[in-house]
Amino acid sequence: MTSIFSTASEMASAVANKEISSVELTKAHLDRIKDTDGQVHSFLYVDEAGALEQARAVDAKVAKGETLSPLAGVPLALKDILAQEGIPTTAGSKILEGWRPPYDATVVTKLKAAGVVILGKTNMDEFAMGSSTENSAYGTTQNPWDLTRTPGGSSGGSAAAVAAFQAPIAIGTDTGGSIRQPAALTGIVGVKPTYGGVSRYGVIAYSSSLDQVGPFARTVLDTALLHEAIAGHDERDSTSINAPVPQVVAAAKQQDVKGMNIGVIKELSGAGFQSGVLARFNESLELLVAQGAEIVEVSCPNFEYALAAYYLIAPSEASSNLARFDSMRYGLRVGDDGKRGAEEVMSITRDAGFGKEVKRRIILGTYALSSGYYEAYYGSAQKVRTLVKQDFEAAFSKADVLVSPVTPTTAFKIGEKSNDPVAMYLSDIATIPVNMAGIGGMSLPVGLAEEDGLPVGLQILAPVMQDDRFYRVGGTLEAALLSKWGKPILANAPKLGAK
Amino acid sequence: MAEISREDVAHLAKLARIEMTPDELDHMALELDSILGAVKAVSKVATSDISPTSHPLEMTNIFRPDVVKPSLTNEQALSGAPAKDEERFKVPQILGEE
Repeated sequence: MTSIFSTASEMASAVANKEISSVELTKAHLDRIKDTDGQVHSFLYVDEAGALEQARAVDAKVAKGETLSPLAGVPLALKDILAQEGIPTTAGSKILEGWRPPYDATVVTKLKAAGVVILGKTNMDEFAMGSSTENSAYGTTQNPWDLTRTPGGSSGGSAAAVAAFQAPIAIGTDTGGSIRQPAALTGIVGVKPTYGGVSRYGVIAYSSSLDQVGPFARTVLDTALLHEAIAGHDERDSTSINAPVPQVVAAAKQQDVKGMNIGVIKELSGAGFQSGVLARFNESLELLVAQGAEIVEVSCPNFEYALAAYYLIAPSEASSNLARFDSMRYGLRVGDDGKRGAEEVMSITRDAGFGKEVKRRIILGTYALSSGYYEAYYGSAQKVRTLVKQDFEAAFSKADVLVSPVTPTTAFKIGEKSNDPVAMYLSDIATIPVNMAGIGGMSLPVGLAEEDGLPVGLQILAPVMQDDRFYRVGGTLEAALLSKWGKPILANAPKLGAK
Repeated sequence: MAEISREDVAHLAKLARIEMTPDELDHMALELDSILGAVKAVSKVATSDISPTSHPLEMTNIFRPDVVKPSLTNEQALSGAPAKDEERFKVPQILGEE
């Protein structure tokens, strides 16, 4: 029986085989959102009418016997950083409250063409700046595993929606770990594709040389199906790669890692990581060895500077990107009394419309780019970026994929780090180097930490445009874990809602 | 010595067009000082023989044919404007009164 607890691929084939209509499936998810979102708060906006209209269109195609794309009729949750025509899009910020984009992001165009049903827009840290959704101007999202904890961020709403069975698949963006970290903290699969693998057109920019759109799902195969649906060259994004999309769906089904070299990153597998995280990490390595993979140790000595470099590069790019919120053409305008000049109105609006972390990063970026400091800060950070890339190149000369835990700890308490920016930044220590180098990576749930019963994620990385490799390893390990556990990891999560 | 003073923050806020209250400035100066203390580690390894990386992809000059394609209508482009006047964005004065 197909239900909200099924996988996306099961749902798609049930729709195609007329076992369930897309309208029924969509209504079941809309009911689930109504039943559970008071607890989780994944969504900022639910587009019931639009979702049902798209579902009806898919059902009409089924009735006519038309060939459907692999995810046709399946509901999806969309991070509120992607423009969707006519649908409120805020990026978690007050400065965009009420804005309805006049166009679709390329990813949204592709989803609509694939018959995917967009349920609504999900909560996030304002402009994707944060690791917990606590920086959203519209309230924090709660982790479905423990409502007193964060689901991670910045794509926390999308991850929580999938973990809470409000949607089987979701879209996020990852600038320094914003897909992989929330996937790890909520026990689902999340992928940051190779930079340039998915179009950024219509994605509200945070740090353009690091931002990348990617998929969330509860299984590796579903993640791959969504990855293929959104990936590919787009002439509207001049940084998108004009090359064939890696064969990620085939790789997810391969179920074989014999002879593969798995590189363990020495600097990201010991000190500073919670014991239960390391225990699950080491167990994953044993399972991969049992499947025929070989483990090699690699060293990436410059990763220790990546976090510092990131917090110069990303704020620098953000200070430039966020200059567009000037109260003139769209978004909030405050203090326009007919007497004040444009610059004054702009300054008052930006003070009222931006949250604390956003202001902090804009000021930091403005400082790092200002004359006299540029070389010492931004210039040095760009050199660290070169060193991080070189570390990866050396590591990939010894290994097909690299692995580490995704995060140093399991999900932390809401409020625990919100007053200490540097402590919050540390939660991305294992994910940030990946964005600096532009390679892709997966977060795969590999069990629960013994000390707190919360999910742990394994990060699997591959060289540029070799994304199929982490799907191959992820799919194989997922199957080994499933046969060990006898049930999916989310079967251990507490029951949500009244129904 | 502090990396960054309250006066520096006030100047940066002016450059970034963000009006800040005295309280905000005090807070921001302290927080930025601690962040800068953490990020200045980059200068330790960034020696002069390393070339900078500004972007993960080595691409230059992406061209496309210069052909007019459908784009937003005036109405669509103005749909989110805080204020408009006929077919234009209406903005506060940008020059002095004289």
